[in-house]
Amino acid sequence: MPRKALPYLLILPATIFLLVFFAYPFVQIGVLAITGPDGLTLQHIQTMAGHWKFKSALGWTVLLAVVVVPIQLVMALSMASIVTRLKAGRNTVLYIFSIPLGLSDLAAGIVWLAIFEQSGFLNSILWNLGLIERPILFLGYQSVWVIFLAVVLAEVWRATAIVMVILVSGMGLIPKEFDEAGQVFGASAWQRFYKITLPLLRPSLQSALILRTLSAFEVFAVVIALGGTTMPVLMGETFQWQFNLQDRNVAAAYALVILTISIASTLFFLRALRVPKGATL
Amino acid sequence: MSASAEPDAVLARNSVPRTVEGAGSARRFLFVSAVIVICAWVLVPIYLLLVNTLSSPQEVTSFPKSFVPSFDFGSIQFFVSFAGVAKALWNSILVAILTMAMSLALGAPAGYALSRFEFAGKEVFRMLVVMTRAFPLPLLALPLAIFFIRTGLDDTAIGLALVHTVLAIPFAALITFSLFSGIPLEFEEAAWTLGCTRWQAFYKVVLPLVLPGIAASAVFAFIISWNEVFAAAVLTIENRTLPAFLVQNLNVSPLHLKFAGGAAMVIPALVFIFAVRKYLFAMWGIASR
Repeated sequence: MPRKALPYLLILPATIFLLVFFAYPFVQIGVLAITGPDGLTLQHIQTMAGHWKFKSALGWTVLLAVVVVPIQLVMALSMASIVTRLKAGRNTVLYIFSIPLGLSDLAAGIVWLAIFEQSGFLNSILWNLGLIERPILFLGYQSVWVIFLAVVLAEVWRATAIVMVILVSGMGLIPKEFDEAGQVFGASAWQRFYKITLPLLRPSLQSALILRTLSAFEVFAVVIALGGTTMPVLMGETFQWQFNLQDRNVAAAYALVILTISIASTLFFLRALRVPKGATL
Repeated sequence: MSASAEPDAVLARNSVPRTVEGAGSARRFLFVSAVIVICAWVLVPIYLLLVNTLSSPQEVTSFPKSFVPSFDFGSIQFFVSFAGVAKALWNSILVAILTMAMSLALGAPAGYALSRFEFAGKEVFRMLVVMTRAFPLPLLALPLAIFFIRTGLDDTAIGLALVHTVLAIPFAALITFSLFSGIPLEFEEAAWTLGCTRWQAFYKVVLPLVLPGIAASAVFAFIISWNEVFAAAVLTIENRTLPAFLVQNLNVSPLHLKFAGGAAMVIPALVFIFAVRKYLFAMWGIASR
């Protein structure tokens, strides 16, 4: 087999598949967003941007990602470090840490609904502690910030495990000798983490951050489960226009907005955490 | 949160003189506390959901709540008696397995190519892969719905699995890229020098090192499919997956149905993660060499 052809043969199946099942519908949706019965139009984008919910949907979506992703990164690094250092009970702890990996955002929304709903467990705890006399309506339409907090908790609870497992894979590839060398030279635990583990973890960090940020922009089911439509998010609005308002074109315009912020964040992480040639393990 | 530094402290304790044993055990205590707190953070919400599920519909809406289940199966019976639940569960499993197989078969070779070769069009391919994930899901499903009706793939497990594979391929490709990038090319070069063909070098040297990570990315593929709601709701009518089935009924359902439905999604996930824990632990074989 000629050596030059090999990489192309390896990417060929994925490329063909993505062209058929991604590029083709992608082009159709791009067309939907900017064409009307009379050819090219900006009408759909104007309809979207002019709608009163657009700005708040965009704002809430970006705010959620900005709050959730850094918390998840710190927690996942902590959890991955804990698991790598653990001796007794490591398998059990790793299993428990990994559990949320298998949970959907819909399930996470329902789980936290059990805590935050009016007859839920948070109210029961507060009542048992004598702090309240009757249950509080946490997730009402007046208390959008409580809904936001519940969504943040549910997202951090659910999706941190994914980041952790990617980081754990990465940490597993770092030879222990590196850390031992750091110890020999008298580096503190924090110095070894910051100067040895973290830089060598860069490829994994990059993958984890890209995957998590993009899925943070696609938050939907958890918001619906906890707050209905009180706290609009971009995916929720897309769904509304697509299925309830039956306007594919405006929904496609929303899709372009999500696409734009997603690509922007991906490019940011690709650049910010670029892995220099020859600097990998 | 300084828990990340604590585990290092445990290692450090073994290498420092005995005189600071006191400080070491304080750190040890902090470390164990952190483990317990994180475990509780993961487990308690699930426990509370199960308490609701194992309570009667009346108990679910009553206040204050008991923190111990009454083991009344009223909520569960109500959920199970909902027509189509068992079928939806089977559909979810079928679609997820198809997705797992297809995304790894397509994604892993691409990940290898990205990590090992410089070739014209590499960046274009990489962007294509990344952009796939950046695309909003429900709208991707809608043009495909029309396409599937034309080709007879509408309302089939394989049709839905094809869409889920689009979502899972970048995970498979990016994660395997990360894994392969972590294996020095020198390992393979050494094998070639010793007479291995390119395939033998890959099969005997690289593959054993990355296999646990490959398993981890298979986990992701399965879970992406298992959790996916929109495309499932759009592309299936009779053959709904569990999340699509739940979402369709949640809008009009009482609390106890929501909680039983949530538990029905959570419990298979617990079993699933338990079943693949060996692959996750195999990863530790590399970590603790």
